[in-house]
This record gives sequence, C-alpha cells and structure tokens, in this order.
Amino acid sequence: MFVNQFLFLAAILFCIGVYGVVARKNAVLVLMSIELILNSVNINLLTFSLRNGSTDGHTFALYIIAVAAAEVGVGLGLVLLVYRNKRSISVDDLSEMSG
Amino acid sequence: MQHLNILVAQWVAPTIDYHGLAPELVVAGGLCLVLILDLFIDERKKWLLSVISSFTLLAAMIPVVTLALSDTSVRSMIGDRYVVDSFSLVMKGVFLLSGYVVVLLSSSHLEEGEYWRGEYWFLLLSSLLGMLMMTSSRDLVSIFVALELLSIPAYMLAAWRKRDPKSNEAGVKYFMLGVFASAVMLYGMSLLYGVTNSTLLVDIASQITATGGFSSVHALAVVFVIVGFAFKVSAVPFHTWAPDTYEGAPTPVTAFLSVASKAAGFVALVVLIYSAFPLVQSIWQPFIWVLSALTMTVGNVLALRQHNIVRMIAYSSISQGGFVLMPLAVAGMPGAGSSALRAVVLYMIIYAATNLGVFAVILAVSRKTRSGEVTSFGGLFSYAPTLGVLMTIFLASLAGIPPLGGWIAKFAAFQALLQSQSTWGYVLGVVGAVNSVIAFGYYGNVMREIWMRPVPDGDTTPIRTPGSLGLALGITTVATLTFGIFPGIALHFADLAEIAGAVIR
Repeated sequence: MFVNQFLFLAAILFCIGVYGVVARKNAVLVLMSIELILNSVNINLLTFSLRNGSTDGHTFALYIIAVAAAEVGVGLGLVLLVYRNKRSISVDDLSEMSG
Repeated sequence: MQHLNILVAQWVAPTIDYHGLAPELVVAGGLCLVLILDLFIDERKKWLLSVISSFTLLAAMIPVVTLALSDTSVRSMIGDRYVVDSFSLVMKGVFLLSGYVVVLLSSSHLEEGEYWRGEYWFLLLSSLLGMLMMTSSRDLVSIFVALELLSIPAYMLAAWRKRDPKSNEAGVKYFMLGVFASAVMLYGMSLLYGVTNSTLLVDIASQITATGGFSSVHALAVVFVIVGFAFKVSAVPFHTWAPDTYEGAPTPVTAFLSVASKAAGFVALVVLIYSAFPLVQSIWQPFIWVLSALTMTVGNVLALRQHNIVRMIAYSSISQGGFVLMPLAVAGMPGAGSSALRAVVLYMIIYAATNLGVFAVILAVSRKTRSGEVTSFGGLFSYAPTLGVLMTIFLASLAGIPPLGGWIAKFAAFQALLQSQSTWGYVLGVVGAVNSVIAFGYYGNVMREIWMRPVPDGDTTPIRTPGSLGLALGITTVATLTFGIFPGIALHFADLAEIAGAVIR
C-alpha cells in the first residue's frame, strides 16, 4: 500500500488548511480551512489504521466527523449572528476590543 | 472488510460501573431535565431552572463523596479508557463546586438582563459534563470528545448577548481560535496514533519509545497535542483570544471560562504528561518551560496597562496560568514528579476559589456602577466596606500574600521547582519570583482605588447584594481564607491526587 503518499496528501492538506486559517479574511472561508485540517486528520487516521491493522483509527475518524459537524453548525450560527449585527463577515471587522 | 467482521465477532459488551459514572449521570440527567422543562414552563417561572441546575450540581457531589469514601480506590471501565481515580475525583469536586458558584453568580445577572435563560443553564451544564468527563478520560478519543463537549457550549455562552457586537466578537474569536487549536491537536493525535498504534494513554507511554529513541514525527506529535491544550489554558503565545473573549462575554461566563474551562485544559495536560508522555520528557519539558516563562511575563506586563477591570483580570488569569505550568516544566525530572502534581492540583483548587471570588465582587460592584473601569472601584471601602475588604482579600491572595490561599499555592509551585534540583528549575523559579512582584503592581492599583481614592461620581448609596451573590461571596471567601490559614486542608486533597497507571518519577 502507498502509505507515504496518503500521509503526504494529509500533510499537504494540513498545510493548506493552516495557510487558509491564517491568510483568509472571510469567516466562512476560515471555517472551510478548518474543515480541511480535520479531513487531513481523518486521512492520517485511516491510513495508520489500515497499516497497523487496528480499528481504533476508524473509530476516532467517525467521532471526528460527528464532532466536526457540530462544530461547523455552531460556527456558522456565530457567523450569521455577526452578519446580522454588522452586515459583514470579514474577520478584520471584528475589532471592537484590542490591547 | 473481513478484518472488521472478525473484530465485530469478537466484540463483548463492556461492563459499566454505574457507581463510578454516577456524577456524570446525575449531571446528564439534570441537563436533560432543564432542556425539557424550559419548553413547558412559563417565562415568569424560569428562575426554577437555575434552582434545578444548582441542585443538580450539588446532587452530583454526593456520588463524588461516596466514591472517595469507598474501598475501591481505582475504578476503570471500558478497558482502562475511562478511569475514576483520586485525581479525577478531586478535580470533579473542584469542577462541580466552581460550577455551583458560577450558577450562583449567573442567576441574578440573568434575571435582570435580556437573556435566553433556559438554554443558558443547559449549555452551562453540558460544558460541566464535558469537564467531568475530561477528568476521567485516559484515551485520545475520549479526551477529544470531552474537550469538544466542554468547548462547544462555551463558544455559545461567550456570544450569549446576541445583540451586542462585543459579545458576538468574543464568541467568534473564541470559536475560531478554539476550533483551530483542536484541529492542530487532532493532527498531533493522529500522528501519535500512527507511531504508537494505540489511542490508550498508557499504551502510548510504553510504545512511544519502543523503537529506542524518537524521531521528528514523535516530537511533532507531542508538541502539536500540547499546543492544542495551550490554547485552552491561554498560554502565551496562544493567548490572543483570552482578553477579548473575557471582556466581551457576559461576566458570569467570563468567570466560568477563566476558572473551570482553564482548569479543564490543565487536567488534560496533566493526564497527558503523566500518563502518555512520561518517557519523552526531553520533548515537552523545554517546550512547557518556555510556555510557562512567557505566559507569566507577558500576561503580567500586559495586565499593568489595562484600564478595564475584567480585561485586567483576564491578563492576570493568563499569568496565573503560567504559575500552574511552572511545576509541570520540571515534572519529568527524577524526584520532582509527585510534588509537581501536588502543586498543580493545589494551585487549581485555590485559584478557582480566589478568582471566582474576584468575579463575584466585580459583579456586585458593577450592578451599581454599571462600569468596567478600574476607577469605578474608587472609594469602594467608604460605601461598601464588606465588598472592599473581600476584594482586597481576593486580590492579595492572587498576588500570593500570606496568610491567604494564593500564598500556599505559590509556595507549593516553587517547592516543586526546588525539588527538581536542576538549573532550569532554579532559573524558572527566579522568573516566577520576579513576576510575583510585578503582579503586585496591578493588584495594588485596584486596592489603592478601593481604599484611598475618592468615589468617582460621588454616589455613595450602599450596594444591595442579592442573596445568591452573597452566598457565592461567602463560599469563595471561606475557601480562600481556610486554605491559607489551614493549608493542611487543601494539601490533604492535593496529596490524594494520584493518577492511576501514571509513571511518576
């Protein structure tokens, strides 16, 4: 099996995700970047699980998929809340407090 | 697929120890009750929900006490993945009692503001359930689920004032950075699973050095997992969300985040360090050392220039977090392990009592002054002497002045550093000592306002403190004073704290 290729794919997805979180200003795109990181984790877990012949990784990935859905639900709710009050979903506009 | 089928055929249902799970079950039952009752009861009777929540938390204390008194010292379930040992019992007690105080702080605050009350109690209890789970989790999967169960409701609580842009901002910042941190932590956990072929912490401990030595993948895995929890405990440089979230969130929620949520992060760090990473201390010790020194110093220096009291306490709680990390930085050295564990548990117990007390006073005073400025405390002693004295006691305890609780906590932390008998330990001790002095600068500033400055607007009508807030003040004052004057009581609980299956040097 091409273990290295899968891990490499996961590492690239992780890096793209981190870049997206840091560089993107649109809150929805930040959420999507976080999803990319979570999916890279799932690829990692499934690859290791198949290589090691244990099911712990499969279980872990299922939990991550379920919890990620809950997280995005809350995240989009918060983004909507901000949009209602500010008519903008840019992360830069969140600057009421600083220092 | 065949492989899965074989495993399914071998599967046997795990035995569940219902006595061991009783605290969690009580809280789970209570939160379902609150959620359902909220649908049916009249708006004017919503105060009942706060009563139910507080009784749920007190009822959950009963099994914690019976478990502590029972003969079985360690109960492990589901193949050692969920363990009730003395460490988890002590921390469960801390979480339940601080949850109870937060309920007391919230109830009068919620009655007066425009809040969605039913959901508030539901979310508070779910978050506490996650914390209770965290104390017992000894597996990467259950640690992850517990972390999310305690964080996701907290994101919503921070954004609770829906129409207030500040509260929205607090929630979104907390959410974005929290989720990013848990994603990074998960990547670390997946690597950890890859190199050790297990998600069980004790197996990870034995497998992580099985090949002799470790590679960069091991280091990356350990560091990423610790980074995830460093966000949760707002350690510098992962603290950027904390001041904004603390300032924007409703004040009782801030009290909850700065005490319970932070303690939950430390619980996870302690369990990981003692159960999963004892043999790779050369990876995490320098990392935690740097985190601790930075957290203490940056938190303190930034706290010095704050004018908003909640923001100042936010930076103060960041720097207090550095003091909790301090003993962990030497936890892997021979002879220092058990005293470091004791110091961390002791610090968390005393810090919880003191910091909740500070927030109780802030809530009581802001009911009258409607202001968050430090100057709004001017002349507090002249018109509300009790609150003035109590605030002085709490701040002095945070600063570590004997004979108050905070002094014992700092003493234990420095003691652990000395027991490591290493240069790194001594250097960190000096950094901590310098920071204790700096911290007095901003705590002393508030005290000066209370005792020496005039009342800013000349309004000296006494402050009416509602009963629930008074009870919260009473509990936290008694705890702060008792732990300081009779340190044996707090030490008794901290000495009990042993993590089952952990390697302690």
